[in-house]
Amino acid sequence: MLTLRGVTKRYPTGDRALTDIQLTLPKGQVMALIGPSGAGKSTLIRCVNRLVEPTQGSIRLEDTEITRLSGNALRQARRSMGMIFQEYALVDRLSVMENVLSGRLGYVGFWRSFLRRYPEDAVAEAFRLLERVGLPHAIDKRADALSGGQRQRVGIARALLQSPKLLLVDEPTASLDPKTSRQIMRLIRELCAERDLAAIINIHDVALAQQFADRIVGLRAGEIVFDGLPSELTSEILTTIYGEEDWDTTPEPMDDEPAAAPPYVPTLQGLAAGGAR
Amino acid sequence: MPVSLTPQGLPAWQRRTTRAQWLQYAAWLLGISLFLLCWKVISDNTMWVFVEDAGRQGSDLLSRMLPPRWEYANVLWKPMWDTLNIATLGTAIGIMMAFPVAFLAARNTTPHPLVRSAALMVIVSSRSINSLIWAMLLVTILGPGVLAGIIAIALRSIGFVGKLLYEAIEEIHPTPVEAISATGASRLQVMNYGVLPQIMPAFAGISVYRWDINIRESTVLGLVGAGGIGLQLNASINNLAWNQVSVIFIMIFATVLVSEWISARVRHAII
Amino acid sequence: MSAQAEALASARAQAARQGRWRRLPLIENPRWRWGIAIGGVVYLVLALASVEVNWARVAEGAGRALNFLGAFMQPDFISRQNDIVAGLLESLTMTLTSTVLGVLLAIPVGLGAARNISPLPLYLLCRAIIAVSRTFQEIIIAILFVVMFGFGPLAGMITLAFATIGFMAKLLAEDIEDLDWRQVEAVRATGASWWQTMNHAVQPQVMPRLIGLSVYRLDINFRESAVIGIVGAGGIGATLNTSLSRYEYDTSAAILLIIIAIVLLCEYSSSHVRRWTQ
Repeated sequence: MLTLRGVTKRYPTGDRALTDIQLTLPKGQVMALIGPSGAGKSTLIRCVNRLVEPTQGSIRLEDTEITRLSGNALRQARRSMGMIFQEYALVDRLSVMENVLSGRLGYVGFWRSFLRRYPEDAVAEAFRLLERVGLPHAIDKRADALSGGQRQRVGIARALLQSPKLLLVDEPTASLDPKTSRQIMRLIRELCAERDLAAIINIHDVALAQQFADRIVGLRAGEIVFDGLPSELTSEILTTIYGEEDWDTTPEPMDDEPAAAPPYVPTLQGLAAGGAR
Repeated sequence: MPVSLTPQGLPAWQRRTTRAQWLQYAAWLLGISLFLLCWKVISDNTMWVFVEDAGRQGSDLLSRMLPPRWEYANVLWKPMWDTLNIATLGTAIGIMMAFPVAFLAARNTTPHPLVRSAALMVIVSSRSINSLIWAMLLVTILGPGVLAGIIAIALRSIGFVGKLLYEAIEEIHPTPVEAISATGASRLQVMNYGVLPQIMPAFAGISVYRWDINIRESTVLGLVGAGGIGLQLNASINNLAWNQVSVIFIMIFATVLVSEWISARVRHAII
Repeated sequence: MSAQAEALASARAQAARQGRWRRLPLIENPRWRWGIAIGGVVYLVLALASVEVNWARVAEGAGRALNFLGAFMQPDFISRQNDIVAGLLESLTMTLTSTVLGVLLAIPVGLGAARNISPLPLYLLCRAIIAVSRTFQEIIIAILFVVMFGFGPLAGMITLAFATIGFMAKLLAEDIEDLDWRQVEAVRATGASWWQTMNHAVQPQVMPRLIGLSVYRLDINFRESAVIGIVGAGGIGATLNTSLSRYEYDTSAAILLIIIAIVLLCEYSSSHVRRWTQ
């Protein structure tokens, strides 16, 4: 469904963030993208919805060539890709309902959104999604009054209100405690199954990735160095992705117990500044 | 090296090195001579005969001001209302114009660097010129009256509000903006949902603060003919009616205190 | 949460389930909400109605406005060069001397107005000085000083110095009230006298901001010096006023451009000085 061919990103400073990425994502597949900080994970998913402009290559979502779009066409393409962020990226001073409804911005005109006159089906769907993520009582709370896990749930509801075909998930658990992290990952997983959504999940935590993804792609210094099933991920492969480390002490996945800290991730010196900002 | 050896071979501590010490002396010398030079310019342009007289003039002035002619206050209600209107309407128009200018001037919301320089130019010229000078200009153009005052206050407020607001816009969190763009929102929608809620408190605070300053400034605009209580002040001074001037001063003092109190309360409520 | 608020919340949830949702109003109490809105509209109508505009005069002024804009394209620095230079020199000297004097005088006033180091009568006196100096516009004070000291830059300088005292002393007093008292006590514990305490514990904490504020005030004083000339207190304002009343817009434009340039220069250098002191 999503196809990346030869995607390359070079920053104006000359840093190479991504080099010749080839990737195909079938419908309904949940793919985890792992790799050290600065490997280009964030850049890669931001290239897909063009928050970051790729320098070269083609990105196709179904029949649309995303790299050539601009203006309204780009807005329409973005509608079909929901994004979930590390720091939740909610607008703190808006209410939970307004935050969720902002997922519909690509569908409604400016004045409608300015006056908050959303169509009834959008509001009903937003409420249903809030019920699904477990926050129906919070519609009038301000976003900054929620806890981290609750905010991420609002972020998920917002992404789903776009009725996306694809979810782009950037470090969904990096700011959460281990238990909440697992709950959030399970929620994302379930929602993908319910709606037959494909997802790309950037994640630091290899154990979580192995447990919740159908497929794992390892990124190192802007290149794909591993692409396979979670069970194929061995210590040698982790070494090629992250560099030398004693991988056997990586904690085994446990169910819903407060999981251990994420594995030690060495930062490679001198790499491209991979973050999108 | 602040620690050196004395001739006896003992370490001695000085606050500064010899060179730094000399540089500091030189700077002081330069500063003081500049000050004295400036003082000489002023003193050359001063009639010292008048200055010797200052004490007597001052006490004379005070004796004419007191007691205030309280019944004059009845004439002042209408000018006071005008003053209030100049400040309030001027602030309202000013912030309405400052709002788009700030968005054009902020690095993260400007459509083009050239537009940004133009917007910054507007802000700088508006800020550099005192509202009294704006009023002087507008009175020669539009003729004397409240309208010139309102526009003068508005023009001066653009720069002040615009500058503080664009700094606030540049300091917003980028992630919510990114998230709203990722939903497929248009540029205006991103501003409305991603940027606006983040700057709203700053905007309200700045506006009330500027309103408070504008109340003070509008009390004197009448000196150049731009309406308000300053007109009465000017007339009273020209007629040497100092006991009316003192009434006006007391009125201004009270108004400013009240507006300062209101502004402080509102800002407190917002934050 | 009260029962009423809870009922409202569940009613809103029910409505949202059916697709009906409106943003919560900014002010919850409807009586206040409507009261404020209607009050605002009534004020606006009354205020606008009381603005008398002589439209014939405004129409006449439109031509002048165009002249003025034209003058900005071709400012005339030459024909009144002597007046401009003299006015500018006066303004700059007034600015500098008044800032120096004002800051020097503001230090004792500021110390006196800090509640934690000064006795009550002194505190009240200093606060009164600050209040008077801050409330009245420079131009009003200038009128009084012109009457006392005669026309010319001396009155202007004293005006600006007086305004500087109020501005600086207030901020200085606030700074001293927020001092880190542990440092002061540490110095005092060594047996230092009052002066030594000031020098070693208070001054280092307050100094960087004091320098930054002085430079900022220098900038303000220059802008104000362009204004107080209107009432005869010397400086570039007098030159500007004369050129405007003679309708010599090209000279006025030149003066305004010079003022803008100097203010820009001041701002640029003051941001440098502030970075250097911190």
